[in-house]
Order: sequence, then structure tokens, then C-alpha cells
Amino acid sequence: MITHKDPIHILLADDDEDDRNFFSEALAELRMTNKVTLFKDGKELMDYLERPDIRMPHILFLDLNMPGKTGFDCLREIRTNPRFKELSIAIYSTSSAEKDIEETFVGGANIYIKKPNDFSKLKKVIKDVVNINWQFHSSGLNKETFFFSI
Amino acid sequence: MKLYIKYDGIMACRVILQEQLEKHEVKYQLLDLGEIEIDEEITEERFAEVQESLNRYGIFILNNQKSQLIQRIKDAIVEMVYERDKLPSTTISHYLSEKLNFSYGYIANIFSEYTFTSIENFIIIQKIERAKKLIVEEELTLTEISYKLNYSSVAHLSSQFKKVTGLTPSMFKRIIDKRRLLVNQVD
Repeated sequence: MITHKDPIHILLADDDEDDRNFFSEALAELRMTNKVTLFKDGKELMDYLERPDIRMPHILFLDLNMPGKTGFDCLREIRTNPRFKELSIAIYSTSSAEKDIEETFVGGANIYIKKPNDFSKLKKVIKDVVNINWQFHSSGLNKETFFFSI
Repeated sequence: MKLYIKYDGIMACRVILQEQLEKHEVKYQLLDLGEIEIDEEITEERFAEVQESLNRYGIFILNNQKSQLIQRIKDAIVEMVYERDKLPSTTISHYLSEKLNFSYGYIANIFSEYTFTSIENFIIIQKIERAKKLIVEEELTLTEISYKLNYSSVAHLSSQFKKVTGLTPSMFKRIIDKRRLLVNQVD
């Protein structure tokens, strides 16, 4: 059982440098200690995940719209690998269409974030996401029915 | 008249510990620096009393016991939500306080300090977790599920479900069904 003192290991893949910066700033302000690793595209992310020596991350924030290997490609690859069964995946996108949201959950995502347009909203969203993910993780709740859309 | 003193803090602590533990009639052994072996089963209540006495001297017992208490609180809540066919009619605070033998204020404070959420929120998460399980099992209607989990109506359950997950129960069910189809296709 992870305790509140264990740092949460967070991954973020986004091709937009500003978005990456926003996210890491927002994450840095969380009450929970965390370690963040950033990737600028899907290939970098998947290369990292394929390494045998990495410590299992708790949550991955994945931008849906990335050139080359898209967020959806990464999602599919990760979800067919049993090694990452416990990894929570948070997809974020500019779309709020129910159909898109449903598709990402069906594809194996746990969390769907509609990208908010200002920084303070983003901070709140990230805080809620990391918090609820942590609740699930630390209480052994069922990952397969863990969905959170915000 | 002025007196000058020199003191051995460590020795003073040991003596205080011994005196306090003896006062509370706890069987113990003082091990190495900072370690005490308690030679008997001690109730949470008695433990809290010992802690309180020691705290007055600036002596604090470290975390492990607290995480045990957190687990007990969680277990009590899970039992309340899952193992009873209908949730208790007494208030949650009364139920937990009785069951764990601590004041609710104490329980609530420790819980939120260590879990980053409130007991109320944790209970809601557990109730929705059970609702999900019941929806997936497909043996009860949404009305029956909301009754079982002590919601005043389906609307009340749906609204809390949406608050916790961002999805309505029917959207949740659609996603689960579609996922099942996919899995079956692969096989």
C-alpha cells in the first residue's frame, strides 16, 4: 500500500512546449509530492516505457493530438501490454463531444480531460485528477471500471 | 538565587517513557534509541491515551499506528457500504465513532491529513464503486441499485455518479458493454 509520503510518478506526453510547461507548473503546485517526466511525442514516450529498468509510473497524461504516433496509438499499445495494467491513463483533448469521450474510455483510458483554456482551471483539473487517481490507487479500487471525465 | 543545570535529554526521555508507560500499565521493553517493544495487545483507545501523555512531554510516537488506523477507518467504511444490504440509518459519524472507539473529530482529522480527502468524500467514492459493480453485474435495475445504496431516488444516484465519474450511469454501462464486445472480438 502506497502511503501519502511516497512520491507519485507522473508522465506527460505533449508535442506543444507551452502545454508541457503549463502542466509541469500545475503539477509542481500539488500538495502531494510528485516526480514528473516529460515527453515531446508518442515515440519518445513509448521508447521510454519499453525500457525494462523504469520504475512503474502511476499516471500518464497523454495529449490526443500528437503528430506521428498519436495519443490514441499510444493508448492502444499501452493497453495491450499487461505490464502496464496498473498505469492510469489520462487523455486530454480539446474536444468535448460525447462520442470522442466514449471512444477514449472504450479504448482503455481511465481519465478524460477537456483542455481548459486558463491556467487556474487547469491547475484545479490536474489537482482533482491526481487526487482521485491516488484515491483509487491507495484504496485498491477496481482499475477496470475507473473512469473520470472532467 | 540562580542555578545552572546541565541535563541529559536522552536519559530524561527514557525516564519519562518508562514512567508514562508504567502509569498506563503497559508492558514494554525499551530497545535501542527510539524504539519500544510493546509486549501486549493494546487497544486504540489506550494507545491514544499513552500518546496524549507522551505528547505533553514533546515525545511523539511515529506514524505507523496512524496508517493502521486509516486502514481500519477505510475497512469500516467499506464494510458499511458493501456488506450490509442496506446502509445504516444512524449517521455515519456516529457509526464510525462507535465502531472505532474514537471521537469523530479525531477520526476525521487523521483521515484527511493522511488520505488528502474527507471521510464523506471517501464514502461517496465507495458507494459509487459499489454502484459500478452492481451495474456491471447486470442483476439489478438502476432503481433497485439506488434503493440498495440508500439514495432517495435514481436521480440522486445518477447525480452523485456523475459528480464522481463525470459520466452518467447509462454512459458508463455503454462503455463497459462496448469494451466487452472488443474483448470478445479479439478472442
